[in-house]
Amino acid sequence: MVEFSIATIFEHLILAARWTVLLSLMAFVLGGLVGLALLLARIASKREGLKPLGYAVSAYVQLFQGTPLLMQLFLAYFGLALFGVKTSAWTAAAFALTLYTSAFLTEIWRGCVEAIPRGQWYAAKAVGFGFVGELRHVILPQAGKIAIAPTVGFLVQVIKGTALASVIGFVELTKAGGMIANASFKPFLTYACVALCYFALCYPVSAYAKRLERRLATAR
Amino acid sequence: MLIQLDFLAVLSEWPLLAKGIAWTIGLTIIAATLGVALGVVCAWTRVYGSPFFKAVVGSYVELIRNTPFIVQLFFIFFGLPAAGVRLSPEVASIIAMVMNLGAYAAEIVRAGIEATPRGQILAAQSLGMRPLRVFTSIVLPPALQTVWPAMVSQIIIVMLGSAVCGQISTEELSYAANLIQSRNFRAFESFIIAALIYLGLSMALRKALSSVGSRLIFGRSKEAQRG
Repeated sequence: MVEFSIATIFEHLILAARWTVLLSLMAFVLGGLVGLALLLARIASKREGLKPLGYAVSAYVQLFQGTPLLMQLFLAYFGLALFGVKTSAWTAAAFALTLYTSAFLTEIWRGCVEAIPRGQWYAAKAVGFGFVGELRHVILPQAGKIAIAPTVGFLVQVIKGTALASVIGFVELTKAGGMIANASFKPFLTYACVALCYFALCYPVSAYAKRLERRLATAR
Repeated sequence: MLIQLDFLAVLSEWPLLAKGIAWTIGLTIIAATLGVALGVVCAWTRVYGSPFFKAVVGSYVELIRNTPFIVQLFFIFFGLPAAGVRLSPEVASIIAMVMNLGAYAAEIVRAGIEATPRGQILAAQSLGMRPLRVFTSIVLPPALQTVWPAMVSQIIIVMLGSAVCGQISTEELSYAANLIQSRNFRAFESFIIAALIYLGLSMALRKALSSVGSRLIFGRSKEAQRG
């Protein structure tokens, strides 16, 4: 029988934490791309009378912000299979977390774009930029600057969100913690270690986000 | 490929769903009340407390904000019994939700407190009010009013987070959905219905809390301001 000392527990947890990191990064990057596409759709819907597109994006955001991530994971896990996609816990978790992340990021970024004064749009148009040029050279660089701090802050939410993937059976930090707790009969110690691992992952990110926020506040 | 969805099979189990909804709402009301109260106390400590208590509350806030809710819940439900504290699933869920909301609420309320103009505090002191009285009747009401929208969002996040409590067999909505799908194997349908109910709950909760905020909590202070 394996004897579980703190060192063994941490060793196993850190191996599992790699999956937490991988899942977070994947959801964050893919979710960011989808979120950017949604943001562009929303901005475009305002300009060219494509109103329904804007409503569709709002509904999408409302849907993901108004339902529990756990339900979204379950729906991805059981739903993708219904449509004939072969799902593992990994694909379902990555899929659900990507959509979840995209909804939140697009909403955060919308706020940043709306914070840019109207005059900037008019000025860009006056200099002769088209829609793409306006966004690329005038709006997005400025909006991007204010977007960095809340975006980094949201990464913490994504990392914490991956813990729910354990419920559909994906072996990451939380699931591994549960397995170790069962095998070692030391649930108190194990879950404390799990919490510490998450803290070690999240605290630097949220501290960094806070610093960015402060720096931005003083720059203005 | 033809997919046949049978929502009626799920809806016919409506007593289970209704019980789940009642539990979710109940948990949320208790957690919101206690959590906001805890948040106010922690915010007070972080602004006016002694350095020691400031540090204690600061670590509590950071610890909760940087770990997932599900781990906090599992620690309380599975971990604490090993240390001699045995809790029912419901009590463990409530403690976890209150602790979680308390940490976020502390940060939210603190932002409101720090926005109070210094002159108002000085004026209250010059009227001879005791520090506690200054806090409860001068600083806190407008501070809460300012941050109430953020607080409402946070309470909704906690309500949605309570879906996880089903994992330790608290019989709330997601537990009901799980139970139903294990009876009739209509997993997709039952989670869709549960998700839609959550969506409705979060919209209704936002409406209700906003009006509670403007009528019950701040209504009086506005009258007082006018009078």
